[in-house]
Amino acid sequence: MTGTTRRPVITGMGALASTGIGADVVGRAAREGLSGIGPITRYPAAGTPLSLAGEIPDFDPLEHLEGPVVAQTDRFTQLALTASDMALKDAGLTPAELAPYSFGVVTASCAGGVEFGQKEIERLWSRGPSHVGPYQSIAWFYAASTGQISIRHGLKGPSGVLVTDEAGGLDALGCAGREIARGTAAMLAGGAEAPLSPFSMACQFGHGLLSTARDPERAYLPFTRAASGFVPAEGGAMAVVEEERAARARGAVPRAVILGHGTAFAGMLRFDRSAEALAAAARMALAEAGLSPAAVDVVFADALGVPEADAAEVRALRLLFGARRAEEVPVTAPKAGTGRAYSGAGALDVTLAVLSLEQGLVPPAPHLDGAEPALPLNLVTGRARPLRPRTALLLARGLSGSCSALVLQRAGDGP
Amino acid sequence: MRSAARPVAVTGTGVVAPGATGRAAFRELLAAGRTATRAITLFDASGFRSRIAAECDFDPQAAGLSAREAGRMDRYVQFAVAAVREAVADAGLDTAAGDPWRTGVSMGSAVGGTTRLEADYVVASDRGRDWVVDHRYVSPFLYRVFSPGPLAGEVAELLGARGVVHTVSTGCTSGLDAIGYAFQCIREGRADVMVAGAADSPISPITVSCFDAIRATSARNDAPESASRPFDRERDGFVLGEGAAALVLEDLEHARRRGAEVHCLIGGFATRSNAYHMTGLTREGLEMAEAVEQALAQARRRPEEVDYVNAHGSGTQQNDRHETAAFKRSLGAHARRVPVSSVKSMVGHSLGAIGAIELAACVLAMDEGMVPPTANLEHPDPECDLDYVPMTARSQRLDTVLSVGSGFGGFQSAVVLDRPDRKVLQPS
Repeated sequence: MTGTTRRPVITGMGALASTGIGADVVGRAAREGLSGIGPITRYPAAGTPLSLAGEIPDFDPLEHLEGPVVAQTDRFTQLALTASDMALKDAGLTPAELAPYSFGVVTASCAGGVEFGQKEIERLWSRGPSHVGPYQSIAWFYAASTGQISIRHGLKGPSGVLVTDEAGGLDALGCAGREIARGTAAMLAGGAEAPLSPFSMACQFGHGLLSTARDPERAYLPFTRAASGFVPAEGGAMAVVEEERAARARGAVPRAVILGHGTAFAGMLRFDRSAEALAAAARMALAEAGLSPAAVDVVFADALGVPEADAAEVRALRLLFGARRAEEVPVTAPKAGTGRAYSGAGALDVTLAVLSLEQGLVPPAPHLDGAEPALPLNLVTGRARPLRPRTALLLARGLSGSCSALVLQRAGDGP
Repeated sequence: MRSAARPVAVTGTGVVAPGATGRAAFRELLAAGRTATRAITLFDASGFRSRIAAECDFDPQAAGLSAREAGRMDRYVQFAVAAVREAVADAGLDTAAGDPWRTGVSMGSAVGGTTRLEADYVVASDRGRDWVVDHRYVSPFLYRVFSPGPLAGEVAELLGARGVVHTVSTGCTSGLDAIGYAFQCIREGRADVMVAGAADSPISPITVSCFDAIRATSARNDAPESASRPFDRERDGFVLGEGAAALVLEDLEHARRRGAEVHCLIGGFATRSNAYHMTGLTREGLEMAEAVEQALAQARRRPEEVDYVNAHGSGTQQNDRHETAAFKRSLGAHARRVPVSSVKSMVGHSLGAIGAIELAACVLAMDEGMVPPTANLEHPDPECDLDYVPMTARSQRLDTVLSVGSGFGGFQSAVVLDRPDRKVLQPS
């Protein structure tokens, strides 16, 4: 997004993950290498192949939202609404102070309101059509979170919903950046997911990518010889994105700059053949940022945790950086500790990358320090590293084939 | 991003609509004002309040899908693939010859694989008895249905596209928004060719019952063929539909270089939210008016230049009055002169798909010089006092066309289509 005089900056963040509630809490847990992966408690999972997930501990929607809002929303929307409230508060931005139509919302969604939907379908089939409630039509569909956020805060600007599966969190931020460049004053952008309902998980056993391990410490080990799939998670993050000058003029402190976004297609479920597309997405994002690959100080990897997919991601890094630099550039994967929260995963990585740029610390990929590396990478494990990164490259790949990249930079003193 | 806005051409269209598989059949349906609404046949709807829908008589084999494709793809994806194949053929586009990294896909869907998910859930849960379903009774390929992401993925694989590929799911404006996003991608230089459209196949027990619960759909079960009655005072809700449409969008220069026939240009796109209510609409229509004004401004067209308005026209009282107010506000005195009609009167409301189907109808209307009618408009609602083209299509040259959509969540979108003048199209 170079060349434009309208630079998009992140001025506020809200996040919820298996490691806690609030961007700072999630950030601290990531720095300390803590894990939120544990036994599934949201439904009796004993007889199913999946026993572990990243569940948000102690999320009571009524602590964050009003009863009527809770009644008409699925958990994924409750998470997105809560993250949005936190992000707006962090940004110190009152939407009513902006011109009408100048504040929009873009979320990424993949699972939608799947738990709410399962309950209503259960009612329909066990009790009959008249038992389906009035909120089914607005709670389970993929656009529910964007709509509810828009209503809650009076946001009438350009709004959208993208479905690129796990790539969606990065795409939402990229989309928000472009809206700012087009002239919109502010966007709330990100994604949050709550896919841990029994039917939702039953839909996913067929692809064979889920980790069926039972030891939380050994379940999600990307880039290692013990990699055996990913641990699914709920959670996500929302960010307030504004045009830099206007943000500074109102006294806000930009937390990071969105410099570039790129996306390319690898083929559905072709994580194993995603190297070219992932590298292409990263090149596009860096070209938009006006940077060469050498400027990248840290990579937040997609880190699926499936050997062929991990190998493809490493190949993408080699294509992008060259063989030598690909082994030197610090690579991290905090999602090994939070679990993979579908469209929320990329948004969580944005939160952690912004904190990393601010604090000068790269958070580790938890659980990996004892595992034998499968691939030659400078993987950050164990403790956070004081690398003082200036530019972060974030990578994500979706099940339906989209590969995305986002370039974030430390905000500094201004353009 | 800052590059000069590149003109975006529509070079191909494809349609799978209720009562009309393919462009030629769709053109004939629109010209005749024929309705495709009927009693639901896709499942046993006895016991439901609304038992009518606009269904596609779709034969995957006849539409060119192999048995393998048909087996793998959900119904709405099959619709999309058939529409995309027709659009690509219409555009004369050899996708293998282009740069795959500059070719993308933007497809909309409001509810994705819901119908299939429900069907599998009913089996695996023993008709809703088991909350923790036995996954062994669920199709092992259901991960392809779980999210609507694979809609765009399937289309991209069909085309060999490697560029921007995404599904857009903004409820009932998904179709307009997916095409709008594709327009922005080309306009801003992120792609040269985008195949864009939308698909939905929502006619299932859960979807019918969720609209029953809020009485949004028509219960005119004794006269299904005349149940979709936008702007008519005897309307009683929308009629659920299904289908798909696709457009091939190209950088105009790209289209000219390969000598493609250009149907029209996309001049502008805007979307706004009402931030008011998940299902309710205001009587003033301010946000839809804003979307219309922004889309026209982007297309550099004045309200007086709009030759035809393709309305959202869902056939609910609040919608019809909302958008009538929005047209008066955005088009001023011209709102009373310009013909306004609703294709949903004929093919129902296919949620996310309809915006794309309606844009395909607009492209056909411009090609043919024909304004599609609003079927079933026999008793005009006195509060809806514009020219809604009742019952019969009209012949009229159309150079600038506006299409709008409105949906749950408060989304209001507008797209402006423009006919290129001859100078624009001369070879470079």
